[in-house]
Amino acid sequence: MTISRREYDFQAARLRLESKPKSAGEKLTTLDEAVARVKDGDSLAFGGCLFSRTPLAMIRALLRRRPKGLTISRNLMCYEGEWCMVAGAVDKVVTSWMGIGLPWGLSKIVREYVESGRVPMEEWSHLALGLRFRAAAMGLPFLPSLTMLGSDLVDVGGSKTIDCPYTGEKLLAVPALFPDVAILHVHRADRLGNCQIDGYAHMDADIAKAAATVLVTAEEIVPEEEIRLHGDRTIIPGFLVDALAHVPYGSYPHECYGLYDAEPGHFSVYVEGINQRGAAGVQEYLERYVYGPATHADYLALFGEAALADARRRGRELVT
Amino acid sequence: MSGPLSGVTANELLAVMGARELKDNTTVFAGVGAPMMASGLAQRTHAPRLTMVIEGGIVGPRWKPGSLPISTNEMRAAYRAQMLPGITDALLLAQRGFLDVGFIGGAQIDRYGNLNTTAIGGSYDRPKVRLPGTGGANDIISLCRAVIILTVHEKRRFSETVDFITSPGWISGGDSRQASGLLFGGVSRVVTTLGVFGFDAVSRRMRLDALHQGVSVDDVKAATGFEVLVPDRLTATKPPSDEELGILRMLDPARQFLG
Repeated sequence: MTISRREYDFQAARLRLESKPKSAGEKLTTLDEAVARVKDGDSLAFGGCLFSRTPLAMIRALLRRRPKGLTISRNLMCYEGEWCMVAGAVDKVVTSWMGIGLPWGLSKIVREYVESGRVPMEEWSHLALGLRFRAAAMGLPFLPSLTMLGSDLVDVGGSKTIDCPYTGEKLLAVPALFPDVAILHVHRADRLGNCQIDGYAHMDADIAKAAATVLVTAEEIVPEEEIRLHGDRTIIPGFLVDALAHVPYGSYPHECYGLYDAEPGHFSVYVEGINQRGAAGVQEYLERYVYGPATHADYLALFGEAALADARRRGRELVT
Repeated sequence: MSGPLSGVTANELLAVMGARELKDNTTVFAGVGAPMMASGLAQRTHAPRLTMVIEGGIVGPRWKPGSLPISTNEMRAAYRAQMLPGITDALLLAQRGFLDVGFIGGAQIDRYGNLNTTAIGGSYDRPKVRLPGTGGANDIISLCRAVIILTVHEKRRFSETVDFITSPGWISGGDSRQASGLLFGGVSRVVTTLGVFGFDAVSRRMRLDALHQGVSVDDVKAATGFEVLVPDRLTATKPPSDEELGILRMLDPARQFLG
């Protein structure tokens, strides 16, 4: 397993960007229209981190289209990666860690799919994966780093080292990762796609700059004037964004900083389904939560008003 | 899991012994579980000016007792943080040299402090058991000025060789870490449920430095899959005090992390 030239080819990535209009116009559309831009075989990067600000609504909309042959990358992959494996949507997962968290133990889905060789998992250190997106965001083929040297992770993706041209010291040349599509969830955006994130920004801004196509869901669509009054808070300019959909609770039952808390109880029910029925447990979950609900409102109704209000209350408490 | 001392769990013991390794006015890269408990305890005892940096892109949080984080990337981990720089930039603080100590754990460890959290058995592509992966552990062990490993001491963990070096300690001993390009830091301590270990300055092999109360050298040998260096003179650690245990139990009243 090694990386391909397509991932770090900065010239091709730049030409691809230059051939695209950098529109400052309207980006607001529907979730379904936005994900229709993803093609089979694409390399996708998901924003957020683990169970924080995961673009779950967009990922569910994507899986309803039954995509094939995708590569998905994310710094810490949570159960959305398991959905993609069980749905038969992915050929490769690129991450530094995959699971839900300590209380839920090792992922049985990762074990089943990776140990059998059905879906390769390409592991990078958390910083190295961050630098892959940053190198791409900077339009470069690689960034030098002091991390990951001396470990077996160097061989996993076929990373190379360079001798520093000034000091002669050995450095890891972390290869860029230019994804085809970035899938992100943010707190607020205007209709032109100028995006603001509250709290920790994870790697979203680098991913948006790295990708050829940027698809965003936002908790709130605000007037253009509100963004202009707080331009210092904007971390993704509108001209990077190709499509934007308004999706409140777009990462629920994962958390969205300051707006709503995650639902560990829901994760436990999900994992219990896997403990009982293996991948069939995930399949049942997909039927109920991903393929089943006709609209996002129908999806939220599966949790109920009271649960959403409670998640909102807890989310507020943690930032006040 | 219980530790060697009655009435003290393995994680309580690790958190107390880990906390004692931390100094005031320093910075620590801490993950969830025992490292977070150790850092929180140190801040409330001898190290009030200890700054925590968290992998989720979080600097200087003041975690709320009873509301500790499950992951390093959530609101509880960021509670009352002084700065939220994002993941890549938080880890780059360590590359620049701002992090005095890093705390990590691991599924498998060898005599040189190399850790495996990637795969057990088989090959990388077809492992017998696929573990979750490094997360930031590789970065922490590569980039912090010193690293403390906190782990339960069991023979299946303390292995003659690790199947995969996820997080490099002293690699194959001697100056092999430097030669690999890791110019800074290294593993300084391994704090386990049986004792506290260091590394020989030349061979870089793991050496027993202190035993916890009620633990013998034979207990350590029986729970270690490689030959550990045992010096002529050994010290004993002071058992966790009521004050230390009280603070830990105040931080985690539901015993979510203390066990």
